[in-house]
Amino acid sequence: MNDYIRLEYLDLGLSALLLLAVAGLSLLLQLRIERSLAIAGLRCVLQLFLVGLVLTKLFALASPWWTGLAALAMILFAGREIMARQERGFQRLWAYGIGTSAMLMAATLVTLFALTTQVQPDPWYDPRYALPLLGMILGNTMTGIALGLQRLTEGARQQRAGIEAQLCLGATRRAAMLPVTRQALTTALMPIINSLAATGLVSLPGMMTGQILAGVEPMEAVKYQLMIMFLIAGGTTLGAVTAVFVGVYRLTDSRDRLRLDRLAAE
Amino acid sequence: MLSVHQLSRPGLEPVSFDLAAAESIALSGPSGAGKTLLLRALADLDPCQGDVSLDGRERRNMPAPDWRQRVGYVPAEPGWWSDRLADHFQDWDSLAPLAESLQLKTAVNDRPVPQLSTGERQRLALLRALERQPKVLLLDEPTGPLDEDATAAVEALLKEKQNHGLALLWVTHDRRQAERIASRQFWIDRGRLREALQEDAQ
Repeated sequence: MNDYIRLEYLDLGLSALLLLAVAGLSLLLQLRIERSLAIAGLRCVLQLFLVGLVLTKLFALASPWWTGLAALAMILFAGREIMARQERGFQRLWAYGIGTSAMLMAATLVTLFALTTQVQPDPWYDPRYALPLLGMILGNTMTGIALGLQRLTEGARQQRAGIEAQLCLGATRRAAMLPVTRQALTTALMPIINSLAATGLVSLPGMMTGQILAGVEPMEAVKYQLMIMFLIAGGTTLGAVTAVFVGVYRLTDSRDRLRLDRLAAE
Repeated sequence: MLSVHQLSRPGLEPVSFDLAAAESIALSGPSGAGKTLLLRALADLDPCQGDVSLDGRERRNMPAPDWRQRVGYVPAEPGWWSDRLADHFQDWDSLAPLAESLQLKTAVNDRPVPQLSTGERQRLALLRALERQPKVLLLDEPTGPLDEDATAAVEALLKEKQNHGLALLWVTHDRRQAERIASRQFWIDRGRLREALQEDAQ
């Protein structure tokens, strides 16, 4: 890590000049994006500095309790995001509950698995490893669950006649929902499958780039990146399968009926 | 055989009646009166209150899939879950004679389901339900989209099944058909069911 180049605030200011230039261009061409650009830019600066401060503090404390609390806050925020991404899906509280609990289970399991058997920092809960790992796994699992739940509820609405036709012929709810369940899981896992296939060709993954910039040997960075990709794939699959199956049960009842009345109204 | 006692759901006032084996009841009433709601409640497709039993067995003591195999329901617009017709049947090939008796060409199996005509799909949905050998069949305008010949074929097939013990509850808007196929006439309006007396039905 000795060839790591530190950035000064002056360097940051120089790169921020680009944003100012874009805002100026927007004013000149009357594009009217300068306002939203300024707000987004400010939010970015504030949020990242805040995260930096929080992480510094957490790293210094190195307490399992504070680390756990931070992890929980991240999961709850991600649950809110899942809920917000549902359009005419489950009622808000149900979307939040299903999404958050599936994520809590999947992301926690996969992160603990990585921390205790692969990365093995000392102590195992070292926030310097635990929080970035959780963050990466969580971000992808969140997207997978949000997509899967949305596709599930959408599919059940669109294919209601086919599902009920199966039920009428004596199919169980699991069997009748199988086509929609498959579609939901395919949709949920599409981004991670695509990124597994395209990584390195189209773009260098952010974490790997970061490690290389920090002076890590490319092959070492590649190893880390591969591990992360596998963890993400595992976490996303586990989370999406859990959320979609709970969703299937919520969309049907113990008398094997399709219960679209449990979805949010239009 | 099918015994309904105080069956109700939103949009349907409590309904009680008995349907015997080999009996056929015609059900009519204006659009939106609750005909489909009643059939769906009998098939246990929507939450409802009341007691329904078949041959003395309470519906609530029976898994819903078992119930629906015995009490079949063919909606006015049947659903399909695959483009391949044969996917909807347990054994399509053995149904060929039955399909022919409904004036369906055996080549119907070569075309994807969305390309079949409404009338073809309606008869295929009926076949699909009959294949499960139900004791009761709930039919929502099964000959609605059919011409005279096909209608006669459907009526003849159902009559034959009825002679073998199948009980029918049959929604129809055609009064003459109701008289042809049923021995009792039910009338439903604004969620209220009553049995029409013979003179009302004339």
